[in-house]
Amino acid sequence: MKRIGPFLLERRLAPPRMAVFGVSALAVVVALLLAALVFWAYGVNPWRAYAEIGRGTLGTVGGLSDVVRRATPLILCGVGLALAFRAQFWNIGAEGQLLAGAVAASGVALFVRVPSPWHLPLMFLAGFGAGAVWGLIPALLRVKLQVNEVISTLMMNYIMAYIVEWLVHGPWKGPTMRGFAYTDMFPVSARLPLVAGTRIHWPTLVIGVAAAFVVAILLARTRLGYEIRVVGQSPDAARYAGINFTAVLVLAMVISGGLAALAGVGEVAGVHWRLRSPAHVSMGYGYTAIIVAWLARGSPVAAVFTALLFGLIFAAGDLMKTTLRLPFQITGVFNGLILFSLISSDLLMYWKVRLAGKEKAWTGQAGS
Amino acid sequence: MAEASRAAVHLRNITKTFPGVVAVDRVTFDLQPGEVHALLGENGAGKTTLMNVLYGLYQPDEGEIWIHGRRVTLRSPRHALAVGIGMVHQHFKLVLPHTVAENVALGLAGTRFWAPARAVARRLRDLGERYGLPVDPDRRVWELSAGEQQRVEILKALIRGAEVLILDEPTSVLTPQEAGELFKVLGRMKAEGHGIIFISHKLDEVLQVADRVTVMRRGQVVGTVRARDTDKATLARMMVGREVVFRLTKTSCSPGEAALLVEDLHARSDRGTPALKGISFALCRGEILGVAGVAGNGQRELVEALTGLRRVEQGRVRVLGVDMTRASARRLADAGVAHVPEERIRMGIVPGLSVEENLILKKHHRPPFCRAGLLQLRAVRAFAGRAIEEYRIMTPSPRTPAKLLSGGNIQKLILARELSGEPALVIAAHPTYGLDVGATEQIREILLRQREEGVGVLLVSEDLEEIMELADRIAVLFRGENMGVVPAGEVTLEEIGLMMAGEKRASAVAGEGR
Repeated sequence: MKRIGPFLLERRLAPPRMAVFGVSALAVVVALLLAALVFWAYGVNPWRAYAEIGRGTLGTVGGLSDVVRRATPLILCGVGLALAFRAQFWNIGAEGQLLAGAVAASGVALFVRVPSPWHLPLMFLAGFGAGAVWGLIPALLRVKLQVNEVISTLMMNYIMAYIVEWLVHGPWKGPTMRGFAYTDMFPVSARLPLVAGTRIHWPTLVIGVAAAFVVAILLARTRLGYEIRVVGQSPDAARYAGINFTAVLVLAMVISGGLAALAGVGEVAGVHWRLRSPAHVSMGYGYTAIIVAWLARGSPVAAVFTALLFGLIFAAGDLMKTTLRLPFQITGVFNGLILFSLISSDLLMYWKVRLAGKEKAWTGQAGS
Repeated sequence: MAEASRAAVHLRNITKTFPGVVAVDRVTFDLQPGEVHALLGENGAGKTTLMNVLYGLYQPDEGEIWIHGRRVTLRSPRHALAVGIGMVHQHFKLVLPHTVAENVALGLAGTRFWAPARAVARRLRDLGERYGLPVDPDRRVWELSAGEQQRVEILKALIRGAEVLILDEPTSVLTPQEAGELFKVLGRMKAEGHGIIFISHKLDEVLQVADRVTVMRRGQVVGTVRARDTDKATLARMMVGREVVFRLTKTSCSPGEAALLVEDLHARSDRGTPALKGISFALCRGEILGVAGVAGNGQRELVEALTGLRRVEQGRVRVLGVDMTRASARRLADAGVAHVPEERIRMGIVPGLSVEENLILKKHHRPPFCRAGLLQLRAVRAFAGRAIEEYRIMTPSPRTPAKLLSGGNIQKLILARELSGEPALVIAAHPTYGLDVGATEQIREILLRQREEGVGVLLVSEDLEEIMELADRIAVLFRGENMGVVPAGEVTLEEIGLMMAGEKRASAVAGEGR
């Protein structure tokens, strides 16, 4: 037990569910308050800004659909990352895996001729495979050569971004695009259907939500999920129990990378209908998904909801650009502030805080 | 209170609470100059907490500390040293790559800025001679044995002018011979008027070294007695609060076929140096083979090599006649080799998983717990319920994270898991280390029951008494070699001690291992 000012801190080993939820919610609120300072510094009344955002995103069908559209790739990436994080594999590479999926899907859309009902399924399949490979490489580097996955996955993002850049400026540059760095438009058979009156490409959304539940069941009820949790929680216990570390990490990353890639397929087939420069395909969904998974505390189902929250922030960013004339980068500020408060709030979950009152102060920790 | 006013240390009514526990409850304790006063009690009795209060690490909630008739408030160890109280912790606090002199000079008041260790070296030699604590000031600490490192810690306290020395379980890392030398040093310090507080839970050595003994149980003082007016049974009764059976029943060995046959086993340590140099022995079914030795003489490597966690460089390992020399951990586990690991929290359990999930670790991939890749929750629950009941694992629920259990219950969880499904061979490393007497007794009984059921048990332990009580035969490891296998009934503690120090081989029976 520690004393800081008038507060007593008591360590707890396993925070109750409500504490996790409460502390996470508190972190988001603190981040919003900090963001209010940014608005204020820009000369925008923060309360007006939040009111505007609330009305523009949650108050209209168009706004709501935009939230969902933005949330769709975040769900897929977030669920994938939640899985990797449960294995304590710090996959920072969802962005690259997403782009890998976009590239593979675009390749199939533009250059593979199959009966049209098979076109989209094949794109999803190819995308998943490409993302799986992109996720598998850092996993193998880690288990075989002890390469830190934070560095390798991050670097792989740049490699994939430049591959996309090269493709759209070079070999895949669309002859009909009059010099713009796009591929040609996808044929109709390679475009995802939308929910009428909105821009929600619903098949991707359905896949994302289904993936959340499948991954949740995988973690809780299957041998692989059990082994992922053991590997993540205690590598020594995993070794002791004879769990094949390599196989478990590789499988976790194949699924993690594959799911992020499906988000990429959704973006090119549902939003852009072509491959274009990486910043347009993704807008940093792969990075934001890190916060999505973190806020969900590794729970795939919770990631669906946290993804919606960040979908809201992205949609709000669009809105702020148009109605409040703030730069779109404000979403990055939001994301950063939320991640920052989240990481700082972790400490709170493991310490029970209460007012000291008249009790005596304690120092040090229990031991005998 | 005439005696109290002369006292080097007088603790009055000390109380120290931690959340949910009263670790020390109104304890009064005194130490006279020139006296060895033992503090005896089980793990968790509050001995170390009380001494941490005296050493300034904890502030007492209530009570007074008097040193040489003056009331003091000790805010830190530095403060405690200033009034002449030094402490040698159970786990040494030395900088391993530094020399002895550098370690002693570290934080020592009045050392020069340049070459601080040089002046210290001279004083160290003088002090060492005076008290019979020879150490070379220029040796690097990592090169020293545990006994020598302990000497450095004692010298560190003496050079800082400690008149009162607190020794926390000082013999736990020593061979019996080294312990004997330590006791001689304590005698010399006593003669010079130092007061010594000797924390221990070993009855024999307390009776041997102490003038007075204070027994603690659950944070309270049970009583203080003169060592020469008491005996082992009395002290044990005071310590545990009930009669203790010292000898567990042990029937004679009936060696069936060998459960484990090890021939010329070689393995390397983590640093790549040879750690096992040609170990050979046989373990019968229905036998407990104790592996004794001072910590760090190859015990850990032996256990890991036999459980598939460390590469076998050379040699052969057979389990129930089947060659398992380089088998994986999973193959060995599936073949019925149970492993109770030394590091039970880091390796033996997955702290964040529930008790029931921990109970199926290693068996999670096989029926009945797993079919077609799916965990069979009903089978898991049923098994967990039975195991919790049978092994008396105290847990709020089967779904509680294992990390919330106490050390004894974590160990019971591990045993419940490892001994389920009729193992052929049990490899237990320090199975009762750090556990209280109740849990220790229960775990020893469990191991003896395994033996009666015809399981071969390899018991690696630093607790010689435990090995003497449980094992049928004893192998002693020294620097990665087997100094010989001796029948437990025909060997004295002294002989084992000499083997542990590498000074004697059990030549007559050395070949018997084959």
